[in-house]
Amino acid sequence: MTATPRLDTDLLRSVEHFLFLEARLADEGDYDGWEALWTDDGVYWIPANGDDIDPSTQMSILFDNRSRISLRVRQLKSDKRHAQNPRSRLRRLLANVELLDAGAGDDGDVVVGANFLIHESRDRGTTLWGGRTEYRLRRVDGAWRMARKKVMLVDNDRALPTLAFLV
Amino acid sequence: MSTASTVRWDQLIEPDRVHGSLYTDPAVYEAELERIWYRTWVYVGHESEVPEPNDYVLKSIGPQPVIMTRDRQGDIHLLLNRCSHRANLVCDAPQGNSSAFRCPYHGWTFANTGALLGYPFSSGYGGRELKSELGLAAVPRMERYRGFVFGSFADDGPTLVEHLGAAAGEIDRLVRLSPEGRIQLTAGWLKHKVRANWKMLLENETDGYHPQFVHASIFAVADSGIGELYGEKSTAVSRDLGGGHTENDLRPEFRRLGEPLRWFGTSPDRLPDYAARMRAAYGDAAEQILVDGSPHVMIFPNLFIAEIQIFVLQPTAVDETVQHVTAIQFAGAPDLNRRMLQQTIGSVGPAGFLLADDSEMYERNQRGVQVRRPEWLVLKRGLHRERLDDDGHLIGDATDEVPMRAMWAHYRSLMEDGR
Repeated sequence: MTATPRLDTDLLRSVEHFLFLEARLADEGDYDGWEALWTDDGVYWIPANGDDIDPSTQMSILFDNRSRISLRVRQLKSDKRHAQNPRSRLRRLLANVELLDAGAGDDGDVVVGANFLIHESRDRGTTLWGGRTEYRLRRVDGAWRMARKKVMLVDNDRALPTLAFLV
Repeated sequence: MSTASTVRWDQLIEPDRVHGSLYTDPAVYEAELERIWYRTWVYVGHESEVPEPNDYVLKSIGPQPVIMTRDRQGDIHLLLNRCSHRANLVCDAPQGNSSAFRCPYHGWTFANTGALLGYPFSSGYGGRELKSELGLAAVPRMERYRGFVFGSFADDGPTLVEHLGAAAGEIDRLVRLSPEGRIQLTAGWLKHKVRANWKMLLENETDGYHPQFVHASIFAVADSGIGELYGEKSTAVSRDLGGGHTENDLRPEFRRLGEPLRWFGTSPDRLPDYAARMRAAYGDAAEQILVDGSPHVMIFPNLFIAEIQIFVLQPTAVDETVQHVTAIQFAGAPDLNRRMLQQTIGSVGPAGFLLADDSEMYERNQRGVQVRRPEWLVLKRGLHRERLDDDGHLIGDATDEVPMRAMWAHYRSLMEDGR
């Protein structure tokens, strides 16, 4: 019988706490608070037509480097981002949180996976968004920051409605 | 609700206004399928999407699924995705490479030319040979123009070149931006679903009046100069190219500025490889090509070339449309292509800085047009200042509704000529 590797529950709880914060700030449209969670080299990515495409040669639904994340946030805050004015009402659940790598790369980044369901309500109607997110987290000055967030929608190969909130 | 045969088109489409029911009436939509989508030339796909022998890709003509194939000899076919036996779908992969399609229901197998190759337990047909009579149906007519593949469900009618008319020149202008004279649509497609009638999208594509308002947020935070191209003082023009095809011609603005690659917000020193290849390919003419830039043209009814992107409109119901979009990639221009792809990803699709707001407008329009009064949508803008250009095309100022009036006049002619 193979021994199950010991789970670092303190690390898991700490990471979960961060993921839940990030989810709540996105749900509640706290754009500045959400943007502050990124590292200076953060990459926010929603692939299309599969989860493992090459974003340098293939279309993605969203592929933001750090400056484009900032542009997106400024657009959302402008009050003229019609697709989010009024904002969608949002609540999301995160589950199946897994520590995938507790010490990746030179910075000792932590790679975490989690499944999500997001209930979106706006005049268009309600939309249920589901998928799996892979986060790459880094300790910066004692706090977790996102270096990468890859959102793999289960239906990213199909025709999708407008998705202008922070997923 | 009306039925298609009772719709009085002249009472719904006037020169300077159109009736709201054209966007909501299921009978109008059914009539459009027969008289436009299953009759005129409709853009289906691009040759570069099936580059190798036996490549195929699933495409559409309106709600109809079409398999675009390249056979062993290199010829392109547009086949309907329906088994000739019991109507099962013979192809369900979005793309692939195969010389044949095997129906999963009873194993009938068809070549990528549409020919029936075989059917299991053939003695069950009493010795009768079915192969010659039961191939996959093909779209009756297929023609290509500079790699763009079009299909028509009508057995006869205008040729593709006749249908494109002056719009063909805009495709020529597009492919000239490649040092090899051709584009490649190889970056994959985003599919953006909106709850709006397809004509809301069609009209918006060359509406030069909306950008400063719908896209105010991104123009402001990105410090973009695009809005000014569609301002009151812009020298750009809106144009009726004939045949329902329309454009926003931004060349007057770019020629006034006279800076190569300004149309793409960059300059030759930032794309030195591309600029050198263009000069090698076109010599002295390269300068003007790089100043003029790429077209912004809506080819009726479904192909929108938006400078650096291709959009394809697919109506799926009277109040639902799928907008397919990809980045244009120019053959022989890798440094330009990388930037065009990243700029396109930022701009378009469900999360795009531009298209998320356009789609919000389509959907608000669709809800608004169901409000009972005042029944009509107004197309009067620029009527007093429309004029003919040197080629005899009707033009207006950048923000004028010349393109909408042109689309509706062509639309009405097709709908009244129901045959």
